[in-house]
Amino acid sequence: MLRLEKRPTPSRFWLYATPPVAVVLTMIVGGILFAMMGKNPFEVIRTIFWDPVFGEFAFYLRGQLLVKAGPLILIAIGLALGFRAGIWNIGAEGQYIMGAICGAAVGLAVFPTENRLIFPVMVVAGAFGGWAWAMIPAILKTRFNTNEILVSLMLVYVAETILAKASTGFLKNPEGMGFPGSRNFSSFPAAQNSYIYEPLGLHWGGVAALVTGVLAYILLTRHQAGFQIRLAGQAPRAARFHGVSPARLVVMCMGISGALAGLAGMFEVTGPAGQISIDFNSGYGFTAIIVAFLGRLNPLGIVLAGFLMALTYVGGEMASTNLGLPDAAIQVFQGMLLFFLLAVDVLTNYRFRLSMGAKA
Amino acid sequence: MKRRNLLATAAMGLGLVLGGGAFAQGMDHVKACFVYVGPIGDGGWTFQHNEGANAVKEAFGDKVEIQYQESVPEGADAERVLTQMALGGCNIIFTTSFGYMDATNAVAAKFPDVKFEHATGFKRDSANVSTYNARFYEGRAVQGLIAGRMTKSNKIGYIGSFPIPEVIMGINSYYLNAKKVNPDVELSVVWAFTWFDPAKEADAAKALIDQGVDVIASHTDSTAPLAEAAKTENVIGFGQASDMAEYKDGPRVSSIIDNWGPYYVKRVGALLDGTYEQADAWEGIAGGEVLIGEITDRIPADVKAEAEALRDAIAAGTVHPFTGPIKKQDGSDWLADGATAPDGDLLGMMFFVEGITGDIPQ
Repeated sequence: MLRLEKRPTPSRFWLYATPPVAVVLTMIVGGILFAMMGKNPFEVIRTIFWDPVFGEFAFYLRGQLLVKAGPLILIAIGLALGFRAGIWNIGAEGQYIMGAICGAAVGLAVFPTENRLIFPVMVVAGAFGGWAWAMIPAILKTRFNTNEILVSLMLVYVAETILAKASTGFLKNPEGMGFPGSRNFSSFPAAQNSYIYEPLGLHWGGVAALVTGVLAYILLTRHQAGFQIRLAGQAPRAARFHGVSPARLVVMCMGISGALAGLAGMFEVTGPAGQISIDFNSGYGFTAIIVAFLGRLNPLGIVLAGFLMALTYVGGEMASTNLGLPDAAIQVFQGMLLFFLLAVDVLTNYRFRLSMGAKA
Repeated sequence: MKRRNLLATAAMGLGLVLGGGAFAQGMDHVKACFVYVGPIGDGGWTFQHNEGANAVKEAFGDKVEIQYQESVPEGADAERVLTQMALGGCNIIFTTSFGYMDATNAVAAKFPDVKFEHATGFKRDSANVSTYNARFYEGRAVQGLIAGRMTKSNKIGYIGSFPIPEVIMGINSYYLNAKKVNPDVELSVVWAFTWFDPAKEADAAKALIDQGVDVIASHTDSTAPLAEAAKTENVIGFGQASDMAEYKDGPRVSSIIDNWGPYYVKRVGALLDGTYEQADAWEGIAGGEVLIGEITDRIPADVKAEAEALRDAIAAGTVHPFTGPIKKQDGSDWLADGATAPDGDLLGMMFFVEGITGDIPQ
């Protein structure tokens, strides 16, 4: 009979084979699901995975992939650093919101001044907002040993309430006839995160995401701090003997992931989203958790995973609009991807053994 | 050809070639597309818009093709969905939530030949953007009358979503018309700061009931306030956006039904026969956009007759829910004796009328 046996060391083959296998399995099972709903499964899969990149409207949609992938990558890289060290920041969504609010507030405070320095200062403010919001669970953990998973998650809801206050109160557009929402940054060039190269969807957030990917890769493979992160995750006791301070590590990892999430929020609010509004956050902070794992917690892997995730969103929308698939079916399809990833991931640490009768 | 430039050139080209003609000439076939903020099964706001889309299909059959996208987040995602729809050949796109306002105007500027219709907004930056809304405050007047007549505790409640003119004018209309039939009535307002969050909406209803409120109106999208009201005897409420008929045996005594079908049929029809023009539509009970759901037997016959008479008078134009003399909450004058509220005042309404206690959150 079939038995699961722990591998002495994790399989390098399965570490890298898992994501593609999970994608293929998702296509197969998702295809069956679509077929059961009366749609042509090949057409749906082609619409989701092929059309956004090579289809009729690819000239527009290719750019949208980076727009969608940018914030996911930026947030996921920060999260991955913490996850590697066993520090679980689940509240990136809240840090993303606070980064957007802080960044936007700085810009709106000086409206309509035109000055080259405004945007850089807003970038710093955005990173600071996310960092400060992440410091709350970090310090509570190091001082009072609270659980950072719960605290960071609960702070998402606090941030959402502040967002509602911002859009109906202190950041509300004074010329908006009483409607909620801030001024739109598209009419404030000095504070706008405009496209650097629109056909590729490249704005400063995308640049930041790609640069951060490379920097994080170097940090993890070449730098002392990266070594400490990996050691703390793999062997916490050994890390302590090696002189790694757990408290410092928590503050560092939460700080970096918070700042990156804040940056993502700031680039989004001044660019694609355009304004602070009540529903400004659309789940990037949570989706980034999936992206981080899909990318094997490896910065370069995360860049690829971010694009794959963006593809399922952009392609999923196409399938939904053009082929009349309900939105829920697309969400199930995206959920399958994570499910199969985790399921296949078992093979990295375990292997199947065909054992001979009696021994079982 | 260079596809990358297609977006800009196609938009400009189409505008030049068809721009003048499209307004004057009819079309053989229209692709009408709808962008929804929630799932079509929400039982309220989005459900009613989708019913409107279905009415278009029913009215024109093979001459129209309907496409829709559910649960589109407001912001950057909306812009992408709208662009995809415009590229995909939609002739008219209805964006059915206030939060799509900037995205609608941004995409409309790039596709001058596609018609955009934005619900509940006020920005019409280019000639191909129209806005439409319904005079829900007319329905609130009918609810206010029922509330004023029915309350035993003289305390009535209102669950507000967000402090925006749309909601505030509903609260004022509800209160004024309750006060007219019951001078002792007091109104409590609870702000939920959400359009759709059943847990928060239920909490808001509970807070009102705890204060002794026995008639609850709500401006949020779910049935949760009615479910909460059903737990306490002698508390009544109203269906919102949709009829919410499943609570007919319980607390629901009437409802405001958003009926978008007539407007959607009219606009798509105008596109088909070539009479389409930019518009800022604001129809009410008279235009059939606001329907008053069946008033149940829990309401005594005389009150029911009075409520229906008010409904018919509003439809006939003989009664306006905001008729002076009305003072603002701070005691300053708003409408003189016999004057009715100008639309501009209503659309920018950020004050309570005299008699309502509590502040509008800022």
